[in-house]
Amino acid sequence: MFSRILATAALEFAIARRNRWVVVSVAMMILFSLVLAFAGAAPAGQLAVDPLSVTVASLISLAVYLVPLIALLISFDAIAGESERGTLALSLTYPLARTELLLGKLVAQLAVVTIAVVAGYAVAAVAAFATGGVEAADGLPALWRLVWTSVLLGAAFLSLGHAMSCLSRRPSGAAAMAIGLWLVMIVLYDLALLAAVVADDGGAFTTDVFPWALVVNPADAFRIFNLAASGAVDAASGLSGAASSIAAWKPLAAIVIWPVLAATLARLSFQRVTP
Amino acid sequence: MTILTLSKLTKRYGGTTVLDEVSLDIAAGERVALLGHNGAGKSTLMKLVLGLIHADGGRIEVAGHAPGSAVARSLTAYLAENAAFHPAITGREQLCYYLRLRGQPVKQADELLEKVGLADAATRRIGTYSKGMRQRVGLAQALIGNPRLMVLDEPTSGLDPVSRREFYALLDELAAKGTAVLLSSHALSELEARTDRMVILAKGKQVAQGTLADLRSDAALPLTVTIFPKAEQAPQVAEAFPEAQIFEDRVTFTCAPDEKLAVLERIVALRGHIADYDLHAATLDDLYSHISRRVA
Repeated sequence: MFSRILATAALEFAIARRNRWVVVSVAMMILFSLVLAFAGAAPAGQLAVDPLSVTVASLISLAVYLVPLIALLISFDAIAGESERGTLALSLTYPLARTELLLGKLVAQLAVVTIAVVAGYAVAAVAAFATGGVEAADGLPALWRLVWTSVLLGAAFLSLGHAMSCLSRRPSGAAAMAIGLWLVMIVLYDLALLAAVVADDGGAFTTDVFPWALVVNPADAFRIFNLAASGAVDAASGLSGAASSIAAWKPLAAIVIWPVLAATLARLSFQRVTP
Repeated sequence: MTILTLSKLTKRYGGTTVLDEVSLDIAAGERVALLGHNGAGKSTLMKLVLGLIHADGGRIEVAGHAPGSAVARSLTAYLAENAAFHPAITGREQLCYYLRLRGQPVKQADELLEKVGLADAATRRIGTYSKGMRQRVGLAQALIGNPRLMVLDEPTSGLDPVSRREFYALLDELAAKGTAVLLSSHALSELEARTDRMVILAKGKQVAQGTLADLRSDAALPLTVTIFPKAEQAPQVAEAFPEAQIFEDRVTFTCAPDEKLAVLERIVALRGHIADYDLHAATLDDLYSHISRRVA
């Protein structure tokens, strides 16, 4: 079983490399990290917090947008593309279970996301050490937390991308669904919550529903967990106030459960695909 | 030994019956061709055998195992119609992947590519391959691990005549080793009479089964006779063959297969008036369209 998953992962990784997905993802992460490292560090210079923690706080807002986007871009073609080429039917006549095929793709694509995330954060960290010296070492735990939560966030959206890929069955449709999902879960979800809180004006929604609504979305859970745990006050994030009032285990649980939930969803969607 | 058994296999999509009680046995070393128009049910039958879809009635056994089961999959090789692979990977990488899935040593990849004539293109990306070359990659992967059953969906459709010959030579080799082969085609002429048996499907029903000789004698299609009279001799020839159509330089008519000798005798009797003659048996395409029309 493991040899078949690894074989699939190796092939998928080669495809991701040739398709320039690795280069594009790494370049995107490094570019935005650099911009944030320099732009974000300037106003925070007077604060007592170490420079790396400040950089991490900015990186959280970046990762919330970029990691799901990269994950969806890499994953939307996984099943729909194979289905269109006809290789899906062929692969499924091999002694290769659907779960193995899906896991192999997930492993390879998660490797791409991990490389991009590590490269981007490393550049930002180097910049923080360059400006702040040894003091920046205080921010290392926050950086480490950001790395592994980013990888889990990526895993969740990779599997969501696989589910879209199974449900649409055509690469173009899967791409549209993936972008739509990103818009809804990353952009519109927060806007809708914000609008609801404003309209509710401190009522039952704000006190009872809102804290859960923040935790249920993996991207928001990721943001809140990192903000709350890092202790750095991020002026750029309107959610930081809410973050401090939610127990840390709730967003943590969401971050851990979502990859499993999404992978299960992808597997169930894959079952409906007839090659 | 029977490798593949289909009994009363039925498949419906919505209200339409795509396969209607098709029964078929294929023994080890036997090559069976599945013939039919587009939509006759060939691909559906193959997908059922591969376990990619499930039947609504009847039974399939692959060497005694259910189609799609782990054992059946490990015994079966498949070549899809218009095989396409990811354009970014090389022929060798693609084969190494399939070798790994079957638990075979990856060093066989070059040997397999050599066998299908792709040794020189092994390190090139499949995106640069022609349609025929992609089909050869598909064929190479189907050869992995000496499968007991080979299912080939229109395997020769992208191949030139020379490659087609080579392909059938490979099939002969496999059959000699005991592989049961089920291949589909939409034209009898494409098969070049290189299979042991043919099964003709029309609208999901099995309409004929047998060797090419069986099918020919069952159909008893007439032969076409053309006679070219010597100069100024046309009236005499036309008189001797009242059933013929008369043209400026020739007369033509058809005759049943069992009248062939009698016709030849009449031609010989007119030897003095005839410059040349031709005798044409029905082509494979004629035979095929006759059989499929007979049912429809």
